[in-house]
Formats: sequence, C-alpha cells, structure tokens
Amino acid sequence: MSEHTHDHGHDHDHPHPNQPDIDSEPMGYYQLMGSALGELLIEKGVITADELRAAIENVDSRSPEGGAKVVAKAWTDPEYKARLLENGTAAVDELGIDMPATHLVVVENTDKVHNVIVCTLCSCYPRMLLGLPPDWYKAHAYRSRVVREPRAVLKEFGTELADDVEIRVHDSTADMRYLVLPRRPDGTEGMSEEELVELVSRDCMIGVTLPRSS
Amino acid sequence: MTRFAPGERVLVRRAYPPGHIRTPWYIRGKTGVVERICGEFGNPEELAYGRDGTPKQPLYRVRFLQKEVWDDYAENPNDTVDIEIYEHWLEPAA
Repeated sequence: MSEHTHDHGHDHDHPHPNQPDIDSEPMGYYQLMGSALGELLIEKGVITADELRAAIENVDSRSPEGGAKVVAKAWTDPEYKARLLENGTAAVDELGIDMPATHLVVVENTDKVHNVIVCTLCSCYPRMLLGLPPDWYKAHAYRSRVVREPRAVLKEFGTELADDVEIRVHDSTADMRYLVLPRRPDGTEGMSEEELVELVSRDCMIGVTLPRSS
Repeated sequence: MTRFAPGERVLVRRAYPPGHIRTPWYIRGKTGVVERICGEFGNPEELAYGRDGTPKQPLYRVRFLQKEVWDDYAENPNDTVDIEIYEHWLEPAA
C-alpha cells in the first residue's frame, strides 16, 4: 500500500496509508463470473450496456420510502389493506411498484402477533420495496439467531415486546418476499397519509422495531 | 392439484442430498402445518445447474411451532416460524 506525507496541523510529518480504492482488492471468483457474464451478454447482443446500467440504476434507486407508502396507504384505506394482505404483489403494483421476479406476502402485526423477516439461507429481501438490505440483515449472526431467539435479538435492536405477544418469524427461503405491515401507532388518528409515511422506517417493515408515533 | 391442503400437518423429509437445496437444514425432520399454497415454481435444485426447472414444484408456506423446532426454545411457547418449502420435500405427518 502506498503512503503519503502531509502536514495537517501537527508539528511533525507522519505517513499514513491512503484510503483503499473500492476496487483495489483483486476480484473474487463470483465478481469475475458476474463481470464476464455481463460482458458476454453484451458482446452476443442479448442485452446492451445501457440496459445493464439501467437495471443496476433501477435497483439502486429503490428505497424504504416505497414500502412506507404502501404501509401508510394500508393504514388509511381499509379496502387497500385487505387487497394488500390478500395479494401483496398486485396491491403494490397499484402504487407503481413492480415485482417481476418474486411474489410479495404482507404479514400484519396485531396486538397479539409480531412478525419479523429473515432469510436464513442467504439474503432474500424485498428490494423493490425497501432498496438494498442493510449489512446486519445479511450477517450470519442475525440470520442464525433471529430464527431461534427472536425476542433476544429484538431486544438488542431496542425492541421489547410483551411476553404474551406471539412472535412469528418468516424465513424467506424461496420465491416469496415479505413485508411487515406494522400496527398504526396510537395517537396518529389525525395524521394524513403523507405524514404517516414519515413514521414508517425500513426496520419496522423488516420487523426488528416498531414505527415511531410522531 | 397439490398434494397437501392448507391446515394439513406435514413432515419435512429428513434428507441431506448434495446440491442447491432451499429447505433449511434446521427444519428437516420437523412437523408443521400448511399455512398456504404459494403456487408452482421452477425447481431451484434444477435451476441452479442451468436446467429448466421442470417439472415445476408446488410451493407451500409451512408453519412450525418454535418449541418443536428447537429443543431448548426458551421464549413464548406459541411463537412460530413460517418457511417456504417445495412439495417434494414434504410428506404426510403421521
């Protein structure tokens, strides 16, 4: 690794390492395979470079705001909520959120049941609704522990549930993706749908916390 | 036509074949209840090797009681875990 020296207010010069470039490490096996596949598909005319770029841009443009709009609409429109619980994929499509490859199952929190999502096998996540998953969601610790001691894990996230609340873990192992529909917080009866969107965080739609009340 | 109906008790095969398996290790040999039928999907054990995934497999969501999954489960005895499992991994529960 290269070093440089410069003066930044100390009375001595000292070397410290440059911040590594994002691509300074050699590519891993799967990165190489992914890169090679992309190049081949373009070379063979299956897709264009611009289509590949646009697909990456589309995934990167998703954020938890998409999911929050779905939740806020379900809180304010009982008929929408019924459609969402019946067929999540079709109901989010109504709001312009397309889930082409997987099916959405929406699970509702009640005063008796709390839902939490995990993918113990890898990192399946409703990216079209929430954007890219946080690192902890992909970590071995979360994936292995939330499925066998969910209350202990939720407590580490600062979420304490009453003992009589039943925790329902959803292991996202195949073609379904999951979104938790949190309970609408008490005291928000006068809030508009737009105001409610602001209360709905990414983590409460994964189920590791509850929505804010203000 | 699916082999199992919602509400039916099913046993997950206790099998450990090599390959790309989407049935989590921890649930093999456990008994649960069909929560819903999700539809038919390409078999991931075939798709993973570049084959076409046929015949498609019915996919179920099966609900298990946590205390029956983990011998030392220490939280609420009514807690559950729901898992997506393909039909060829399920057998009728005795």
